[in-house]
Amino acid sequence: MSSTKFILGLFDDPDEMMHGIDKLQKNSIPIYDVYTPMPIHGIEAKLGIKDSRLGYAAFMFGCVGGTTILSLVYYFLAHDWPMNIGGKPHFAVPDFIPVTFEWSVLFAAFGMTFTFFYATHLFPGRAPRVMDLRATNDRFVIAIDAKGNTPHEDITNLLKEAGAVEVKHNDRKYVSYE
Amino acid sequence: MASHKESIIREPLVTGKDITYAKVTDDVLFPVENKPNKAWWIGFTVASLGACLWVFAVSWTFWYGIGSWGLNKTVGWAWDITGFVWWVGIGHAGTLISAVLLLFRQKWRNSINRSAEAMTIFAVICAATYVVSHMGRPWMALYCLPLPNQYGSLWVNFNSPLIWDVFAISTYFSVSLVFWYTGLLPDIATIRDRGTGWYRRIYSVLSFGWTGSVKTWQRFETVSLILAGISTPLVLSVHTIVSMDFATSLEPGWHTTIFPPYFVAGAIFSGFAMVQTLLLVTRKVLGLENYITMFHIESMNKIILVTGSVVGVAYITEFFIAYYSGGEYEQYTFLNRFIGPYWWAACMMYGCNVLMTQVMWFKKVRTNIAMSWVLSIIVNIGMWFERFVIIVTSLHRDYIPSSWAMFYPTWIDVSVFIGSIGVFFTLFLLFIRVLPAIAMAEVKLLLKEQSEHGKRKQIEEGHLDPSQVEFYKENLIKFDSVDVSEYENA
Repeated sequence: MSSTKFILGLFDDPDEMMHGIDKLQKNSIPIYDVYTPMPIHGIEAKLGIKDSRLGYAAFMFGCVGGTTILSLVYYFLAHDWPMNIGGKPHFAVPDFIPVTFEWSVLFAAFGMTFTFFYATHLFPGRAPRVMDLRATNDRFVIAIDAKGNTPHEDITNLLKEAGAVEVKHNDRKYVSYE
Repeated sequence: MASHKESIIREPLVTGKDITYAKVTDDVLFPVENKPNKAWWIGFTVASLGACLWVFAVSWTFWYGIGSWGLNKTVGWAWDITGFVWWVGIGHAGTLISAVLLLFRQKWRNSINRSAEAMTIFAVICAATYVVSHMGRPWMALYCLPLPNQYGSLWVNFNSPLIWDVFAISTYFSVSLVFWYTGLLPDIATIRDRGTGWYRRIYSVLSFGWTGSVKTWQRFETVSLILAGISTPLVLSVHTIVSMDFATSLEPGWHTTIFPPYFVAGAIFSGFAMVQTLLLVTRKVLGLENYITMFHIESMNKIILVTGSVVGVAYITEFFIAYYSGGEYEQYTFLNRFIGPYWWAACMMYGCNVLMTQVMWFKKVRTNIAMSWVLSIIVNIGMWFERFVIIVTSLHRDYIPSSWAMFYPTWIDVSVFIGSIGVFFTLFLLFIRVLPAIAMAEVKLLLKEQSEHGKRKQIEEGHLDPSQVEFYKENLIKFDSVDVSEYENA
């Protein structure tokens, strides 16, 4: 039994990589993940990844932000210390639209981005789970879990046929950063 | 992705003969991974001397109070708020490029958005320092925030545009920072994966553990799009609110409803001028001519021309409305711009912003690097004078002639302003040294279809309308990074 944990198909062209994904899927070889130096549209559909729901998060955070500041302003200017400014209403809503808008945007931006970081496990100091160092530079990498029954040579050949410039049989899942 | 080919008649966004993904990385990271050249050191020395001057002048202000500035009872705002509005305006181009152009799917933004956004952040920092230092007692800046205090609590007045401004500027700064940094993550990961030793460790921490997996990219794109979507109204709101600092007052020359759109157009105008000033130098010094091409320069010049003309129309409208309103004070203020003691400032404002930029109607001017650079400096100067005219000329002669006065800047006023330019350039030069000045991941998206290399391949493959190919080649002549003679045989 070989010690190979992951098989990586390295492509130098996104179109050929897409071709590689098709080939593997036609042969019922499950793909673990794909690493690319730039966003490639269409992979999500092929790999059956659902749409991101971050938009809903952004909307909710935006609502929270707007409600928070408007409630605070009500408390400050109408409840806690109402001031008579020329006999005008204490809770002069049109005046508070700018701050309400600003906090809606502020909360939406920060809430959504931090949700993104949380969901994707991104934070300062996290050890990068990198499978191939060139995946952030000029290689489009398809990673295949080697545990399946398909003979590894077949996978290698399939990747080569699809146009992979290099196929790696890695004993370790991630490139060590130590 | 590459399922459809872009029309050949569109100009390339990336030039260079044998461009590959690896070459993009090498080119963009060259200044980050190597020791800086002489030009950088000269620039950095001058800029940091300016920053030192700023530290000195602001410390002096804090120590002796704002009495050390040239302000008086009549002219209570002058170089400080002029500088503040000028810097905030400059900041706007970054968000315009990164957010609005993203929504409009303008792919040429990909190679200039990173540095423009960095510029936004540094410009807003400069603007914020003006706000804090003009308070006189800067430690009281805390009272701009609605924090519980021992006076009641006496809360801030949310009816005041100045408080709206606190919220707008702080939101703008922090959202821009988040937008910029999230965009940087994939590129920091590239630096990390190419580096070794402590260098790799630092960038590893900064990269947040970015891997570039499918799900990460998918979420990244969602985040970018939504941030762009909410930054667009945000950036418009920021300068709208800045204009309301003036427009909600009863001061002739300030009290006009045209201020919000007029200020926003002016902000985009001055911001693009500053982007032009910086990028024309940066592309030369860092050797990025293949990424920031003549197409980019010309496009930015077109935006400067359009926004400059919008500003021109706003100026004319102001004069017309002053006349049409029949308000004596309003009419006098606008007349005073030309016949008063500050006539020279008004001439600078109208001359630099409206008259000079009209030469950009000529393609020869728009595609000339030296002229573009000089014009961008002229716009920067003109927009500074615009704020000076609006603030000082309106204030110096108010309703009571007995309180009329002149404003004379002290050497502290001048030093704070020159110093803030030093701070800005110091931060910018440090930025291009340690972080990629061009969004690599986004430029790589353009390589297959929108690059000169890709288009050349299309031509060589044939099947194209020869007249379109001819049109494409003619367009290439203006590019300083393309050798057109190579196309003779193609």
